[in-house]
Amino acid sequence: MENRPLEYDYTVAKLFMYNAIFVGVAGMLAGVVLAWQMAFPQFNYILGMDLAEYTNFGRLRAIHTDSVIYGFVLSAVWSAWYYIGQRVLKVSMAESKFLMFIGKAHFWIYMAASVVIVIGLQLGITSSKEYSEFEWPIDLGIVVVWVLWGISIFGLIGIRREKTLYISIWYFIATFLAVAMLHIFNNAEMPTFIISGGIGNWYHSVSMYAGTNDALVQWWFGHNAVAFVLTTPIVAMSYYFLPKESGQAVYSYKMSLLGFWGLMFVYIWAGGHHLLFSTVPDWMQTMGSVFSVVLILPSWGSAINMMLTMKGEWQQVAASPLIKFMVMATTFYMFSTLEGPIQAIKSVNALAHFTDWIIGHVHDGALGWVGFMVIGALFHMAPRMFKREIYSKSLMNTQFWIQTLGVILYFTSMWIAGITQGMMWRAYDEFGNLAYSFIDSVVALHPYYIIRAVGGTLYLIGMFMFAYNMYKTMTSSRVVEENELQNATPMGA
Amino acid sequence: MFHWLEKNPFFFAVAVFVVIAFAGLVEILPNFAQASRPIVGAKPYSTLELTGRLVYIKNNCNGCHSQLIRPFKSETDRYGSYSKSGEYAYDRPFLWGSKRTGPDLMRVGNYRTTDWHENHMRDPEEVVPGSIMPKYPWLFKNIADVDTAYAEQLTIKQLFAVPYNKPLPTADGSTQTVALADSLDGAHASALEEAKVVVADMKDQAVKDAVAAGKIPEIVALIAYLNRLK
Repeated sequence: MENRPLEYDYTVAKLFMYNAIFVGVAGMLAGVVLAWQMAFPQFNYILGMDLAEYTNFGRLRAIHTDSVIYGFVLSAVWSAWYYIGQRVLKVSMAESKFLMFIGKAHFWIYMAASVVIVIGLQLGITSSKEYSEFEWPIDLGIVVVWVLWGISIFGLIGIRREKTLYISIWYFIATFLAVAMLHIFNNAEMPTFIISGGIGNWYHSVSMYAGTNDALVQWWFGHNAVAFVLTTPIVAMSYYFLPKESGQAVYSYKMSLLGFWGLMFVYIWAGGHHLLFSTVPDWMQTMGSVFSVVLILPSWGSAINMMLTMKGEWQQVAASPLIKFMVMATTFYMFSTLEGPIQAIKSVNALAHFTDWIIGHVHDGALGWVGFMVIGALFHMAPRMFKREIYSKSLMNTQFWIQTLGVILYFTSMWIAGITQGMMWRAYDEFGNLAYSFIDSVVALHPYYIIRAVGGTLYLIGMFMFAYNMYKTMTSSRVVEENELQNATPMGA
Repeated sequence: MFHWLEKNPFFFAVAVFVVIAFAGLVEILPNFAQASRPIVGAKPYSTLELTGRLVYIKNNCNGCHSQLIRPFKSETDRYGSYSKSGEYAYDRPFLWGSKRTGPDLMRVGNYRTTDWHENHMRDPEEVVPGSIMPKYPWLFKNIADVDTAYAEQLTIKQLFAVPYNKPLPTADGSTQTVALADSLDGAHASALEEAKVVVADMKDQAVKDAVAAGKIPEIVALIAYLNRLK
């Protein structure tokens, strides 16, 4: 008994993994429908004119963004937490009935909230704030889910055997704290039926902030929700899974320190870059710009640390599609954290803001960096949770190339579209009149919207391959022994 | 120090939180009092306008249309004078948007009319060839939620002292007053009065009939809101 290795318990990690795969496919399917709607408006009436109220772009958009961010990514993050947490803290979930109960409650309450959110958004129940569209009852539900996760984090830390917290744990703690702070302040709202004495919809509320202040708080939230849902926990994953999969130690502890503390301090300041040339004070806008540029340092610090972890082992990139996903993810992280600061420079932002270039930036980050890292992480975890090898290496390879092509089509078309749009809006003719009416800029984008929709569709096809490969891995591929699971993940043909 | 922090999760978490919270305190708080002060000419939304604003939000119009005119000549030429902070003092939530798939709407009331909106909402492509905006036929059928708008008005009046029933200064030196009814029935009656003004310029017989029967379709409220954006 004494000398047996710890048996980790992946019950909760598995639940979150199933949901990540399911919502990943569903959320991106919604995204692909949106992309085709912008290319051909008839897709707004895809289920007939009677249901167009529920299938049009306006209603679907939030369902797409929220399900990918909070469904696909957060589920994957939590799957990774319930996997990595046990391993780096050297303690099993099975050792604490309490933490196991908290973990399951965390999952099921989260699922219940997710269902309510999707139905609500479909019905048009929204606070209008991007990535925070939920009305007050759901906001409270989110607090419950978040607190349960917090108990799980600090509970597991409390009974740990390994005293020193590994880098991934730093990032999970930061994610927990920052999102808690952002969520509470951005959703400060008053339900209208309380003061009015029960008039109108009970779920409706009004923001505690007005106008410019509301915008300021919203983009302090919006920008940093990106930071602390789509960046920090993904960095947590890359610090664990890339070294594990490649068998290489993290290149530099000092770079990890720089990357972590730098990111913590700098990221929040940069929110102002969403409000350049708005009615927010100019000094604040410039601060947003400057800190966005400074943000390159910690972002690239982590990314280079990842890249150098592969030092001397680059042949693994060619050999393993799983390493390909992780290295490509890091490449897109560098790419996207350079592109972001460029767009945050005021003169560039004057051109880029309100255009599709921003959408392109979001998606090279979300599809290239977050999507690929999550896919890599789930591929790495599944064989260890289910004690089976990956069903098909060649399918994984095909998925990688199809999705890479998809991302490239997506962001290149949106770059061109965005810059075209921005240039047309500001163009003057020889008489000093605006050269184009707004609709000219809409019509000009038609071909790029088609290319984008094709790119998105390719990525979605890759997601279906991923789901199939994972399903087979969980259910019917070859059973493996513990000693095959040390580093490189075993894969079938 | 870092090695010590990494062995002491509580202090680690405190340190992380302080580092994260710092920027918010320095950057966001100082502006609060100043930015929420209304500009001369700004006025709260009437019951029907606010009802229309809820329709605007419900259909995520802000997903494709901004309400923020940046201080560039190409923007002021196209949309009218650039946005001032005090103009947004009664906007809860703000509706600046982040993407212009369609044009800015901050001052759309200056250059579009009721019948233009009516035709456009029914079939955008017919009014603006090449438009990719979807049709909104349900706005002509759904009845607008005046109750919730009224509840919101009562809430903001009490909570944020929004000046309903008070004379407010305008740019030409005169004053204007936005009325708020003292009962739900009164709110419905005043919204219906506003609706009658809007439908006088509309063609859709079913919508006219609905208003005549005391009901307000969503399209009427939405147009009342759009007309007021100036």
